[in-house]
Amino acid sequence: MFASLDFSIVLQAIPAILQGLLYSLELTVVAMVGGVILGTLLALCRLSSNAYLGFAAKVYVDLMRSIPLLMMILWFFLLVPLMTGVRMGPENSALITFTLFQAAFYSEIMRAGIQSIAKGQINAGFALGMTYSQTMANVILPQAFRNMLPVLLTQTFVLFQDTSLVYAVGARDLLWAAKTVGINNGRTVEMYIFVSLIYFVICFSLSMFVKYMNKRIAIIR
Amino acid sequence: MNNYHWNWGIFFQTIQNGDVTYLTWIIQALGWTIAISLVAWVIALALGSLFGTLRTVPNRGLALLGHAWVEFFRNVPILMQLFIWYFVVPEMLPHDLSMWVKQMDPQISGFIFSVIALGLFTSARVAEQVRAGIQSLSRGQRAAGLAIGFTTFQTYRYVLLPMAFRIIIPPLTSEFMNAFKNSGVAYSVGVWELVFVSNQMVEETGGQVIESLIVPTILYIICSYTANRVMYFIEKRSRVPGLIVAK
Repeated sequence: MFASLDFSIVLQAIPAILQGLLYSLELTVVAMVGGVILGTLLALCRLSSNAYLGFAAKVYVDLMRSIPLLMMILWFFLLVPLMTGVRMGPENSALITFTLFQAAFYSEIMRAGIQSIAKGQINAGFALGMTYSQTMANVILPQAFRNMLPVLLTQTFVLFQDTSLVYAVGARDLLWAAKTVGINNGRTVEMYIFVSLIYFVICFSLSMFVKYMNKRIAIIR
Repeated sequence: MNNYHWNWGIFFQTIQNGDVTYLTWIIQALGWTIAISLVAWVIALALGSLFGTLRTVPNRGLALLGHAWVEFFRNVPILMQLFIWYFVVPEMLPHDLSMWVKQMDPQISGFIFSVIALGLFTSARVAEQVRAGIQSLSRGQRAAGLAIGFTTFQTYRYVLLPMAFRIIIPPLTSEFMNAFKNSGVAYSVGVWELVFVSNQMVEETGGQVIESLIVPTILYIICSYTANRVMYFIEKRSRVPGLIVAK
């Protein structure tokens, strides 16, 4: 049982683990930044007065939200080389999949954020002679972002956990590193325990930070 | 894309290691997916309700227990948790039990551990919703229950929980749908559910990617949509009269 565990493998594994962790974090940050930008555009499309644009955005968002991420990862990884002939490797493929997928979730958050702003704010922007895009960029979106910051961060925390699913296409993330080092040295048990702890510490700190943000924002109101 | 060879006939071909067609295999896979999701959901609902409620009780120790449960199961990715259950926990068991687990049919042991992992992971999320539901009630509700002589247990049973559960049905709906979507991780421990089968089909058919992936994808969409409708039906039937959502 416990007696046979040997955690000295953990020390040897640190370079490989760090490399995996770096990719997991890279994937999180790229998908978050790309997802928020794309998601905000999608939210603006949904709220626009152009019915076609709104419909297209709604179809995109609903479709992404009803397909499991694991299936999306497989779809993108297998279909893109088939359609374009470009082989991009599991890591880059996952970067794009995650950005496209997360955009749908961020767009719902941004939509809620924009809709929570009083209508008078748009009118005020127009009354000052701003155009639609100026009003959005300078008046509405900064407030929407601020209101939705805790929710955006919570989504990012879900995103970070989901990065482990790239395992399905063999991208070299944190979980992949743990598995590979573990199998090569016959120490999977130790590696899985160690990497679970890493995930736990990162996610727990992030959720504490979100709680702290929530409190800060609650006081501002 | 122009030189992609469509071949819908593959659904009626026999699989490599068996005597059923791919279509039958996919339908069996759907059965596994539904079984994992539903059993996990029952576990999640039961444990999530318990620990979510505990987080709001006056007893400090119990509240801490509820809190620990949520943080523990919420902060590690589902796939990682499944690996812990499947690869680590059997090693920690007493020798005889460990042997027994390892000699089980891999389909069955994979199913059991997937259900446990997904059930506990989802229970932490359900617990968060239950706690939020209870805390959204006005303080007077609890006070009123205690004032008419209910014990704490009775206050929860007859006053707080019936209200809280009806309020949190919408967020629970999305957790229910997530249970279906997350059930795909079971492929990694070799359960023949939809993700596993579609992956296998891509390989065995020599790259009929679109045909292999589209049917499972549609089945997933149907599953989560059905889950959504069922919950919506319950939501409509159980609306609290007098709240803004009630018509």
